Amino acid sequence: MYNFEFEKPATIADAVAALGAEDAQALGGGQTLLPTMKQRLAMPSKLVSLSGIGEMQGVCREDDGSLAIGGATTHATVAAEAAAHYPALADLASHIGDPAVRNRGTIGGSLANNDPAACYPAAALGSGATIVTNAREIAADDYFQGLFTTALEEGEIITSVRFPVPEAANYQKFVQPASRFAMVGVFVAKFVDGVRVAVTGASEEGVFRWSEAEAALGASFTADAVDGLTVDAAGMMADIHATKEYRAHLIGVLTKRAVAAAS
Amino acid sequence: MPKDSGIGASPKRREDLRFLTGTGNYTDDINLSGQAYVHFLRSDVAHGKINGIDTTAAAAMPGVVRIFTGADFEGVGSIPCGWQVTDRHGQPMQEPAHPVLAQGKVRYVGDAIAAVVADTAEQARDAAEAIELDIEELPAVIDMKEAVKDGAPKVHDDLTSNLCYDWGFVEENKPAVEEAFAKAAHVTTLELVNNRLVANPMEPRVAVGDFNRATGESTLYSTSQNPHVIRLLMGAFVLGIPEHKLRVIAPDVGGGFGTKIFHYAEEAFCTFAAKALNRAVKWTSTRSEAFMTDAHGRDHVTKIELALDADNNFTALRTDTYANMGAYLSTFAPSVPTWLHGTLMAGNYKTPLIYVNVKAVFTNTVPVDAYRGAGRPEATFQLERVIDKAARELGVDPIALRRQNFITEFPYATPVAVEYDTGDYNATMDKLIEVADFAGFEARRAESQQNGKLRGLGVNCYIEACGIAPSNLVGQLGARAGLYESATVRVNATGGLVVMTGSHSHGQGHETSFPQVIADMIGIDESMVEIVHGDTANTPMGMGTYGSRSLAVGGSAMVRATEKIIAKAKKIAAHILEASDADIELKDGQFSVAGTDKSLAWGDVTLAAYVPHNYPLEDIEPGLEETAFYDPANFTYPSGAYACEVEVDPETGKVTIERFAAADDFGNIVNPMIVDGQVHGGIGQGIGQALLEGCVYDENGQLLSASYMDYAMPRADDVPFYQVDHSCQTPCTHNPLGVKGCGEAGAIGSPPAVVNAVVDALQSAGKDVTHIDMPLTPNRVWSALNS
Ligand SMILES: Cc1cc2nc3c(=O)[nH]c(=O)nc-3n(C[C@H](O)[C@H](O)[C@H](O)COP(=O)(O)OP(=O)(O)OC[C@H]3O[C@@H](n4cnc5c(N)ncnc54)[C@H](O)[C@@H]3O)c2cc1C
Repeated sequence: MYNFEFEKPATIADAVAALGAEDAQALGGGQTLLPTMKQRLAMPSKLVSLSGIGEMQGVCREDDGSLAIGGATTHATVAAEAAAHYPALADLASHIGDPAVRNRGTIGGSLANNDPAACYPAAALGSGATIVTNAREIAADDYFQGLFTTALEEGEIITSVRFPVPEAANYQKFVQPASRFAMVGVFVAKFVDGVRVAVTGASEEGVFRWSEAEAALGASFTADAVDGLTVDAAGMMADIHATKEYRAHLIGVLTKRAVAAAS
Repeated sequence: MPKDSGIGASPKRREDLRFLTGTGNYTDDINLSGQAYVHFLRSDVAHGKINGIDTTAAAAMPGVVRIFTGADFEGVGSIPCGWQVTDRHGQPMQEPAHPVLAQGKVRYVGDAIAAVVADTAEQARDAAEAIELDIEELPAVIDMKEAVKDGAPKVHDDLTSNLCYDWGFVEENKPAVEEAFAKAAHVTTLELVNNRLVANPMEPRVAVGDFNRATGESTLYSTSQNPHVIRLLMGAFVLGIPEHKLRVIAPDVGGGFGTKIFHYAEEAFCTFAAKALNRAVKWTSTRSEAFMTDAHGRDHVTKIELALDADNNFTALRTDTYANMGAYLSTFAPSVPTWLHGTLMAGNYKTPLIYVNVKAVFTNTVPVDAYRGAGRPEATFQLERVIDKAARELGVDPIALRRQNFITEFPYATPVAVEYDTGDYNATMDKLIEVADFAGFEARRAESQQNGKLRGLGVNCYIEACGIAPSNLVGQLGARAGLYESATVRVNATGGLVVMTGSHSHGQGHETSFPQVIADMIGIDESMVEIVHGDTANTPMGMGTYGSRSLAVGGSAMVRATEKIIAKAKKIAAHILEASDADIELKDGQFSVAGTDKSLAWGDVTLAAYVPHNYPLEDIEPGLEETAFYDPANFTYPSGAYACEVEVDPETGKVTIERFAAADDFGNIVNPMIVDGQVHGGIGQGIGQALLEGCVYDENGQLLSASYMDYAMPRADDVPFYQVDHSCQTPCTHNPLGVKGCGEAGAIGSPPAVVNAVVDALQSAGKDVTHIDMPLTPNRVWSALNS
């Protein structure tokens, strides 16, 4: 690890100001950033920790029924506090990494990082969430822009994430056996006005919505409705764990299982 | 009634107190005053010509003490190989030089090019980044079969090819084997891969070199399974330090699994640099370095053929294996695919004719050497897979086919040079059928089916040769070392004992089980016995721990030394009790004169040995300390039968292990709990190999599975609760304890059971699947289901 400066502001405004320094970088739970720094693949001049900012912590039900989660809220907190309001989301959070990762890692860090195999992107896109930053609000549909790429500007902080709560939802994660990130993960959410299906871990373009499945499930929210639908293997990722064809196949299987399990 | 002490009891492991409370003393805990740190600059290409190394800028960086390159090791010895294999034509294997730091070429990703020694580890790493390298990348050879083709790039320019050796065993049997195949009623053929593995001990390797200018003595602290072997190899062959001026200490070691047997360049570097700089030098491997530089295991590509007559008797066996050596020859690498593999190809069966061909190949990958089981898992896997395939082709019960061909009379001389002393393969199979509850399988299968899952049952046998080994025999086979073991037993005046053993414990529990043996022999409490190991300065020359040899060979040395102690103590007792030696009996820590009520306590005699006031000084010396070296007469041959039950999710191909049972014959057992633990760990690693672990290089020699993000180790939820039984015991006939060794059996016996079970599950669904290569990832199983 190279040397760096460290700041731990108490307000969003101070954090934004601190991030104005050249090569400064926000620090959430450090579960991605710190290993990268240890390997000397990242060399920020300054880390601005977000963990001391009270207004970025916690889970709270809004008046419109949606669930607002502070950008610096840990996975463990989401797993515990969102359970009553949005069980599918809490369940997803409870299966990220191991207890150490869940007690440090944050939702803002996960969404800012946008790892193509991460879980939260599927929940955010599948729920039609809104990513709230210090500067603006970004619809999930506009936010994810490919592998490790998002709509965030330099120095922009995710202060909270607002999730509309669906009637029924479920996340199916098929783990990559080594990392236990998603080899393929499918988040299905049924709203009054339609169904959203978001797929992580599979595509070369990062998290995406499977629109054919959404249409079919909008017409009939049953596992059988997905029968016969296939995802083109051409755009899928391939690595030592899974071929493109296998990933494309898993999307269908997991979507059906998510529909069957949705509650 | 289970015993509560001595042989056969299961006292808790005394060493666990320090391991579990963070009070162990591992090599990385050792920090010497004024020590400097080394960072190795390693090659990021698999094959390249070093045109230049410019260290000018790096040498000027803060804290840098000195930067070493290959040029500093001109005239220093090569990292030696401890075993020379002779090929089919009577020629010695090709043996390349292995410099401490690369000279002229780099040969695998991770090959050390330069070593920066600095005041802190971070400064050393900073400076390493400032070294300017001019390396011309050359085409790499990764695939073994490509590597031996004419015109393939050569890993070592001074060798004639990438073929280390072409070994035939037993060469004279070849024509008879071919004839038997020509006459066979049925031949089953199977091509398979024994996947390359990374051992991954919990503790990465560490080395601390030290030099005492006043005495001229060098000391190396190292994460080693065999400090005496390192002292000999490094002292005599690499650095030219006589053994009396070199001390090697392997303190607590956090797992080895074979990969810490070998002498590594980093050990030689730290010892060399400490002397050159007159300052202690420390290296601690990162996990990333461990993946790239610890010797890997397995990596065989095999074609096996089994010939049967019309009555399903095995008539001949023929195998053709490519074995990866990596870029250099690691310490015992040449012996693994030959003498630890070819000699086991008879397995538990009386196949009369066997021919094994092994081509050992150099590639631009990290060296490959022994990993838990070493050669024997590779032998067992192919044999037990081909038998299973034969049974299916012939439509006979795989267990019945095995039983029909079992060796049933002992001693049994195999056609592959070894002689099994004891065994009862039907007994372990019977026991397996009982503990694995075969009777309930069909009901469990029906239940799985109701849940949409395919259930399969796989069975296999194994035999292994451990307790390595008779020195005269291994000498004939090319070993450049003897494989005896040693022990010094020192009895103190007040009766406590210290055993200084040449064995080394790095997870095996010697500190608990060895005292159980002595406690029984003398009739005293185990707490009176302490085990000392791991330091060449205070243990007799020993060969260390691997090949499940500690109790069978090291324990035997300890028994022999203790017998000498008892014999001498009886003489002392006889003198004090005014009786003849022959009439003295030792029981429950009391010496008594047969037929009388005269007796003396153990402590009275030990005190007399050191306070010899009333003592037969004219006949025997004072003191009570004896040393024995034990050279075994034969290998030991543990054997057993294993069963695995899997469920396969037909939609995803995911395999889960539902049940796993093991019936082992380890001969006599000293501590059943420790044996259970050894078997559990071995099966865990076997399941890891079968389902999860795969070390993968791409075609350019980049290691793709270079971290735990891509290399899948088995975790608690990947394995079931095991049913382990070792009540079948045919004691070894040639060592004093009648023990056979249990450290590797689990890893040897389990992979074929897993694969046999998955094939069974798939066939039960009507799929014509005869083999899937390990690891059986969901993707591979799904592809097999849909092919
Ligand atoms: C062993 C292990 C297993 C894991 N398993 C999973 C898994 O199964 N599924 C999964 O989804 N993830 C998994 N992760 C990743 C984990 O969820 C991380 O917590 C997450 O990816 C990053 O969150 P963080 O808070 O730690 O961010 P950090 O590592 O601190 O930061 C990551 C990036 O986000 C930026 N950042 C952080 N917070 C904000 C913010 N509020 N606004 C803007 N930018 C910000 C940082 O500058 C940095 O660029 C795993 C990680 C580990 C180490």
